[in-house]
Amino acid sequence: MHTVNLSNVSPDARAACAEIARKADVNLRDCYQCGKCSAGCPMSEDMDLPPRQVIRKLQLGLLDEALSASSPWLCAQCQVCSVRCPQGIDITGIMREVRRASKAAGKRSLPESDVFEDLFLKKVKKKGRSNEQYLAASYNMSSGHLMQDMGSAPKMLSKGLVGVKAQSVRDIDAVRKIFEKCEEGRDA
Amino acid sequence: MSRIGVFVCHCGSNIGGVVDCPAVRDYAATLPNVVHAEDNKYTCSDPGQAKIRQAIEDYDLDRIVVAACSPRMHEPTWRALLSHTKVNPYMLEVANLREHDSWVHADNKEAATEKAKDLVKMAVAKVDHAIPLYTQQIPVNKKALIIGGGIAGMQAALDIADAGYKVTIVERKATLGGKMPMLDKTFPTMDCSACICTPKMSEVGNHPNITVKTLSEVTKVEGYVGNFEITIKEHAKYVDYDKCTGCGLCTTKCPSKKIPNEWNQGLDNRTAIHKVFEQAVPSKPVIDADHCLKLTRDKCGVCAKVCPTGAINYEDVDRETTETFGAVVLATGYELIKWEDLYPEYGGGAYPDVIDGLHFERIINASGPSEGRIVRPSDGKEPKSVVIVKCVGSRDPNKGKAYCSRACCMYGAKHAHQIIEHIPDCKVYVFYMDVRTPGKNYDEFYMQAKNDGACYLRGRVSKIYKEGDHYVVWGADTISGAKVEVNADMVILETAMVAAPGATETAMLFGVQTDKDDWIIEAHPKLRPVETASRGVYLAGVAQGPKDIPDTVAQAGAAASKVIGMFSHDSLESNPQISNVDIAKCSGCGTCVHICPYGAISLVEKHLRENSVKVTRDVAQVNPALCQGCGACTVACKPGALDLLGYSDKSIMEEVDALCQW
Repeated sequence: MHTVNLSNVSPDARAACAEIARKADVNLRDCYQCGKCSAGCPMSEDMDLPPRQVIRKLQLGLLDEALSASSPWLCAQCQVCSVRCPQGIDITGIMREVRRASKAAGKRSLPESDVFEDLFLKKVKKKGRSNEQYLAASYNMSSGHLMQDMGSAPKMLSKGLVGVKAQSVRDIDAVRKIFEKCEEGRDA
Repeated sequence: MSRIGVFVCHCGSNIGGVVDCPAVRDYAATLPNVVHAEDNKYTCSDPGQAKIRQAIEDYDLDRIVVAACSPRMHEPTWRALLSHTKVNPYMLEVANLREHDSWVHADNKEAATEKAKDLVKMAVAKVDHAIPLYTQQIPVNKKALIIGGGIAGMQAALDIADAGYKVTIVERKATLGGKMPMLDKTFPTMDCSACICTPKMSEVGNHPNITVKTLSEVTKVEGYVGNFEITIKEHAKYVDYDKCTGCGLCTTKCPSKKIPNEWNQGLDNRTAIHKVFEQAVPSKPVIDADHCLKLTRDKCGVCAKVCPTGAINYEDVDRETTETFGAVVLATGYELIKWEDLYPEYGGGAYPDVIDGLHFERIINASGPSEGRIVRPSDGKEPKSVVIVKCVGSRDPNKGKAYCSRACCMYGAKHAHQIIEHIPDCKVYVFYMDVRTPGKNYDEFYMQAKNDGACYLRGRVSKIYKEGDHYVVWGADTISGAKVEVNADMVILETAMVAAPGATETAMLFGVQTDKDDWIIEAHPKLRPVETASRGVYLAGVAQGPKDIPDTVAQAGAAASKVIGMFSHDSLESNPQISNVDIAKCSGCGTCVHICPYGAISLVEKHLRENSVKVTRDVAQVNPALCQGCGACTVACKPGALDLLGYSDKSIMEEVDALCQW
């Protein structure tokens, strides 16, 4: 068991924890640590800190411990925790905001955890939809798993499940607008 | 020939699940003089009682055996039933098939059934020799004595006095009020404690039906329900309250000013002649004989010189008076546990800023020494980090008490809330084991304290030590699985409530039992919560066990209603199961006179005819009102002249014989 001196927790760390909660529209003091979120979470078995613990770290102002947890990156954003929380806390939102803060701080615990997400959004922003063949190729390049799933490529190509030509939506401007709106909201 | 009816009760599955009740019933029917036997699911219920009543008619029964639970539970129920039938209520025997059989022998059903048969056989043998007994009327003296003038005692006194009966309150301290007026606010409504308590004190002090005796204690109790002869010792106050106007001149002139003020938990000083606090009732001073220069060294005498009414009396002595009371309410209250002796790891009292909850109440109280400003006792500085530790002495069977003190979770939350309210930039940490807030608006109050910003950490504090001008508190946050440290300017220990010193001694005067922690034992934990095992003696407040103010007031009201209920009768029924003297056998030795704990036996001169000769000699006589039927005299009597009605030697021998017949 490691020792934490709560009196030495920096005001900046406390403020950063409060900011994460504010962005998720959550009052951290509402959480009474019942553990219902963690008990029902489909991913918690693989997490180093279950959702309850992530919130506990934020309550105590232990920012680094929250940001370096694997849990936000493993979170499937399935909303089970939020729906079941007796205090009505949006735990999924907390997970999302911890993930963002973690990425911004360069603390993400799983090295490739955001690679797919970033690529996916980049492609959708550009074409209005994702083209699996290019997404898969880019992912393999970026993540370093060059040969991942390559074995199934010929079969999928021959059956026409993936094509060579990248497709785009007609009104790409509308998609861009959606992205702009979302990005505005992110920093609000 | 007697006609006995046997009723075997299943008690749901409590007895029926273990003992073969129909077999016991069939066996009972074969016993001598049993003319009817039956078994019922619940003999104590209305239908069960109706069956007994019907059987008495149908079979012309004159004695009843009920084989059911402990007679402590339902013997009064059957007696009450029989009082409405032609069977005398004392021609009843209860065979205890539950506590003495099914509950303890659940693992061996055959043996339990055999034992049940034996118990029934014994009861039948005993009831066969029962004689009818008749109750007498005891007059009721409609005056109540309340022991303890805290909120429990005051509430009980007011309720009884408002019903029109005379009440006397005996209080050890020099003022009414107990602990409540020391407190600042009361949870969860946060109303000012003194503002709701001191008006009650003054109401008690001014009530025409209430007499208040402060600095007093009960020293001797004689008599019995309705007629307790109680001796009250009033300690010397050295001030004649009839003359004293409470002007306070004496206290301003007293030169002994350096005596730690108990009311403020030693946070400031008081004078030797002093009023306990500003709103004390009676609003008059007393002299502290241990510190008064006149009384210790025969010097000074300033108070007598300045007193405009000549009320000071250095010659005052303790006075004892004896009065008759019909009922008594024990409301002896509590103290906080002396944590200093038990927890050296918390500094053992060496750190001035590690204080208990009552200290903090005086610090934050507007009438306290710092006039409500939260400051550290050591240097008067405002703390910026406070640690609150709960369960100090509670839930700690090794060092303190095994029980939960019930109110600490709430007053801990109150303290956290108050600190944040007074000092918004102060960090408050609360170490707890569990948070127990089962009361109206209680959990909401706790959640509010958390929402105010109190940081709740689940774990016991293991150590507190001083480092520079702050204290380092070691604890754990078991929720995050981390060991935590907090640098605190002040630490508040929310300590256990313990029974007031002398509570057990006072209870013993009335033959009332206390438990291992000196809390008074109620007659039944669920069904008779404000009565004690001694008839006419009731209890209220923390004397029975830790509780908060709302529970205390409710219990005091309940105790008062019991007293009022008793006073609504002019007389009570006596217990006819008392000692009886066979004067032909009595040698007049007087052993029983000395052994009787109730002073119920005396020797009287009687003219007797023995062997055709007239003789005059002393024989024992039992006062039926005083005798409690304990049986001590019957055992001590060498010639066997004393016998307990309802438990005669003969009937008990028959019981034993029945068991020994194979």
